[in-house]
Amino acid sequence: MTIRKISVGLLVGFVTLVACTKQLEQVKDVFPGFGVPSNFGTPVYPVNGPNKVTEAGFILGRTLFYEGKLSRDNTISCGSCHIQSAAFTHHGHDLSHGIDDLLGRRNAPSIANAAWYQHFFWDGGVFNLDLLSLAPIQNPVEMDETMPNIVRKLRTTPKYPSMFSSAFGDTSITGTRVLQALSQFMLMCISSNSKYDSVMRKEPGVQFTPQEQAGYQIYKNKCSTCHTEPLLTNNQFANNGLPLGINPDEGRYEVTLNAADKYKFKVPTLRNLQYTAPYMHDGRLLTLHAVLNHYQTGMVNTGTVHPQFFSNGQLVGIPLTPTEREQLLAFLNTLNDKVLVTNKLLAEQ
Amino acid sequence: MKRILLIGLIALTVASCKKNNDDVLSNELAPISVEFDNVVGDQNLLLNSGVYTNANGQQFSVTTCNYFVSNFVLTKTDGTIYTVPQDSSYFLVRENLPATRFATMKVPQGDYAQVQFIIGVDSLRSTMDISRRTGVLDPSGGMDGMYWTWNSGYIFLKLEGTSPAAPADANGNRRFRFHIGGFGGYSSATINNIKQVTLSLTNRGIAKVRTNRNANVHLFANIAQVMNGATNVNLSTNATTMFNAFSTQVANNYQNMFTHDHTEN
Repeated sequence: MTIRKISVGLLVGFVTLVACTKQLEQVKDVFPGFGVPSNFGTPVYPVNGPNKVTEAGFILGRTLFYEGKLSRDNTISCGSCHIQSAAFTHHGHDLSHGIDDLLGRRNAPSIANAAWYQHFFWDGGVFNLDLLSLAPIQNPVEMDETMPNIVRKLRTTPKYPSMFSSAFGDTSITGTRVLQALSQFMLMCISSNSKYDSVMRKEPGVQFTPQEQAGYQIYKNKCSTCHTEPLLTNNQFANNGLPLGINPDEGRYEVTLNAADKYKFKVPTLRNLQYTAPYMHDGRLLTLHAVLNHYQTGMVNTGTVHPQFFSNGQLVGIPLTPTEREQLLAFLNTLNDKVLVTNKLLAEQ
Repeated sequence: MKRILLIGLIALTVASCKKNNDDVLSNELAPISVEFDNVVGDQNLLLNSGVYTNANGQQFSVTTCNYFVSNFVLTKTDGTIYTVPQDSSYFLVRENLPATRFATMKVPQGDYAQVQFIIGVDSLRSTMDISRRTGVLDPSGGMDGMYWTWNSGYIFLKLEGTSPAAPADANGNRRFRFHIGGFGGYSSATINNIKQVTLSLTNRGIAKVRTNRNANVHLFANIAQVMNGATNVNLSTNATTMFNAFSTQVANNYQNMFTHDHTEN
């Protein structure tokens, strides 16, 4: 055979291979990777740092997120209390309940848009997404397990060594890698496809109705100091005047030991309220009407209430006329993101 | 043949030169260990079985005694300062694992007259990416729960035990627990219990660090000084001291618990 013949043969083979790959890609869903929505800012998480999101890392993270072996008796996964259809919260539960049906003392927060958060949990005690998963895993009333035990269990589960190898380059299973993979999954849980987002991105054919637009103005005047766009939270801590009688949880104070932080909690996002009832750090308010009633007539001055709620030294909350209430609720309804709660990529496979 | 002889002669000369100049040491790194020998007053610490008395006259026994020591800086007799590379400068002393009482590192050859370290983990490392926190610093590793998962940060010192003075819990056990940490806070300032310790080796024996042997600086850690000092801890009212303001007084006590006993050169 001449060199030319070999070359031609190789070329034909190469072209065939390329064609085959193309066909495969068409069959398979293409992994989108981590992307910043155009109406969002720069993520807090170092997305180009040591734990960059890859398809294999994300798939491993998703498998671990729905893995019961992360709990002591293998029954509770992350997804047990962070349910996709509830925008990754524990819908219908005021306080999250974990292993042996034990109750926690706070409502399970959503993991969506975690890439843009610098604190996690209601008191902000965890300041890095990679450290977040340790808290529920080791909490005796949530998953009650230790990382060394989880690593032992995963090492003896046949599917995992190859999944870790695809994600991290070798079959070694370590606690750090478990945490990093879980971060990769959570980084991909982005809520940026509500009607509000489409309006902000000026997508063709999408507009607020006059009622939603009026509600948006009310929101901008009365809510946006704390529930700041585009995440609909400023990521800070505030006391919104909840009465202490039911639950004297001191919130952020437990982390800072600063008296000025007593009864302050992380400002939750206003996204996906339709899917995430009940509301507040202890889930005490079951409906959005109850929430608005609290701001209109239910607030109590417990000493560290946010200045926004005062007028001439008087605690006035958020006064709203019945019409304004309806307009505000109409706007809040545009913040629900159906894509997040139905995206198959984020579901248990 | 002549050439071989000549080379041999040069080699011999070089070798003998080295031997003669023992006091002029190369900067080659050599081993040194700092030994953390836990005692209670003038008794050795015995987990579970030892019974001791604090300054308030309260009896106690110890079941767990762990603490981090890190960021070692050694000073030579001529004043030269050597900072141990940070990645190799974190140690977790655990009384139940005898091998962990040695903080082993490598420093340039020389005679050392001072050892400095911190009790705990510095704030920079406490907030680093988890890929930079390996070994005893791995929050997902087996470091005996020396980490608060709910309030991201290392527990610098953990002393647990029993005392007839401590209040009975639901199961009737009279336990005390000191979990002391706090690196100053990540985004909001809070308690900082990082403590620096500086010990002179001049009186009890300087460390002669050489490549051909291992110098061991033998320290005593008097665990009684967790409870005794500027604030004598009362086990009936402060049996559980974790992340709270009182913990700073406990840290101020134990900051002074280390003494240099002798050096094995």
